[in-house]
Amino acid sequence: MTDPNKHPLPVDSENMAEEQNPGTRRAFLIAAGAAGLTYAVAITYPVYRYLASPAEMAAAEAAVTEVTLKDAEKLPTGSALMFKFGFAPAMLIHHDDGTWTALTAVCTHLGCTVKYEPEQHRIHCACHGGVYDPKTGGNVSGPPPKPLRRFGVVVGDAGVTVTKNFKA
Amino acid sequence: MSQSLPVKSIYSWVDERLGLSDIIAFAKHKTVPAHKHSFWYYWGGISLFLFLVQCVTGVLLLVYYRPGPEAFESVRQITYVMHFGWLIRSAHSWSANLFIFAIMVHMFSVFLMKAYRKPREFGWFSGMALLALATLFGFSGYLLPMDELSYFATKVGLQIPASIPWVGPFVAGILRGGPDVSEFTVERFFALHVVVIPAVFLPLLAFHLWLVQKHGNALPPSEEAKPAAQRKSIPFFPNFARKDLGMWLISLNVLAFLASVFPWQLGRQFDALASAPNGIHPEWYFMAPFEMLKVLGNILPGAAGEIAGILIFTLGIVLWLLIPFYDTSSSRGARARNAHYFGLAAIVLLIATTALGYWAVR
Repeated sequence: MTDPNKHPLPVDSENMAEEQNPGTRRAFLIAAGAAGLTYAVAITYPVYRYLASPAEMAAAEAAVTEVTLKDAEKLPTGSALMFKFGFAPAMLIHHDDGTWTALTAVCTHLGCTVKYEPEQHRIHCACHGGVYDPKTGGNVSGPPPKPLRRFGVVVGDAGVTVTKNFKA
Repeated sequence: MSQSLPVKSIYSWVDERLGLSDIIAFAKHKTVPAHKHSFWYYWGGISLFLFLVQCVTGVLLLVYYRPGPEAFESVRQITYVMHFGWLIRSAHSWSANLFIFAIMVHMFSVFLMKAYRKPREFGWFSGMALLALATLFGFSGYLLPMDELSYFATKVGLQIPASIPWVGPFVAGILRGGPDVSEFTVERFFALHVVVIPAVFLPLLAFHLWLVQKHGNALPPSEEAKPAAQRKSIPFFPNFARKDLGMWLISLNVLAFLASVFPWQLGRQFDALASAPNGIHPEWYFMAPFEMLKVLGNILPGAAGEIAGILIFTLGIVLWLLIPFYDTSSSRGARARNAHYFGLAAIVLLIATTALGYWAVR
């Protein structure tokens, strides 16, 4: 806003009173603006929260720190089990040497779901040809900028527990 | 207005290309009559505002609503799981009712101010068609939650087309999508509610608004009787537009109050084997015809009563619709007086039968 003393307002003839008292006009504009803003917030906030509901629910799901996959200890070697960890797909791999790896299955390039290919000893993303190491999740070739996130694995008698925290 | 330089230059950039100044000059030039009945001029605008609320809240409900077997579950989710879903649903239901109420006030004020006379006949016809479509919006939307009340209301409501001689059962079967109200009914009502009726309603609304623009607001007979020099008017822009917006703001506040303080309820999920709940009754805007049919049914029992009811009702609507051809004169004569009494009688009949209906189900 400019200095109220300086501006000669181009007001139409019916608003003569307002012209004579720029202070009142300014107070009115501020009050109207505040009221308009209140209405805008009162309408957009519920609409935003309504539309954001699934995202918020997914965030609550993502807060899960561990999941137990029933009977997964019976997974044959050289194969992988896809499961949902939080809201995103993840994979549990039982290697030929009997070791286990759990990784997120979301490609770090553009978010496609990756695939374990045991015969080629690699994890492959079909979208843009990204390749990861199935043992570590390291990005080997192609566009992925980062390794797949690795999770902790505890093999028990009645299932395999995958935890968010991986300890090497 | 004190405009800073960038605002001015943006305005003139747009103005050069779209001719905004012409529109503003035109709107300033346009006037609206000002007299003791001017209050009734706002009701068309209020109806329009409520229709816009319907569009916005309707699209928001569409985001989570799933027609078919999951219809009830999705409405339950909207009402109880999604943040503020209850408020959006409540606003949609409340504004639907206020919308039909505002159209009715608009229609009766147009009738009593005789705004249907030459050259505004098409305004009257298109307005009546819009009201009919609004009630169809209401009828089709009412089923969508698939709770007990909506299930039985639709079951009963479809008995009315079903009782039309010869073609009735066929028509009702097509609307219902089978012998009974089911998930197929909800799917086709959904298609009607969000695609078919809006596709007819929107161009008709544009036509109606264009006519209002073309002919301007009608003068009631009491104003017409005055010499032109004594009639007063105000500029449409900004004076009338400002008042119009004020009415929109009041409508918004009334709607916000009703929707938040009296949230629209969701009943139990429908059960095709359960018996109808006590005190079930049609929505208020269908109460009058429902009650008239019931009263006639008592006088003339059986199919005769049903057919007579539908005939009398259709005849009444046709007469109402054709009023511009009956009451044509711009001076006050016997015909104009009769039309006035017809309007008053219709209002009294609607209010009385609606009250009777509510008294009967109390």
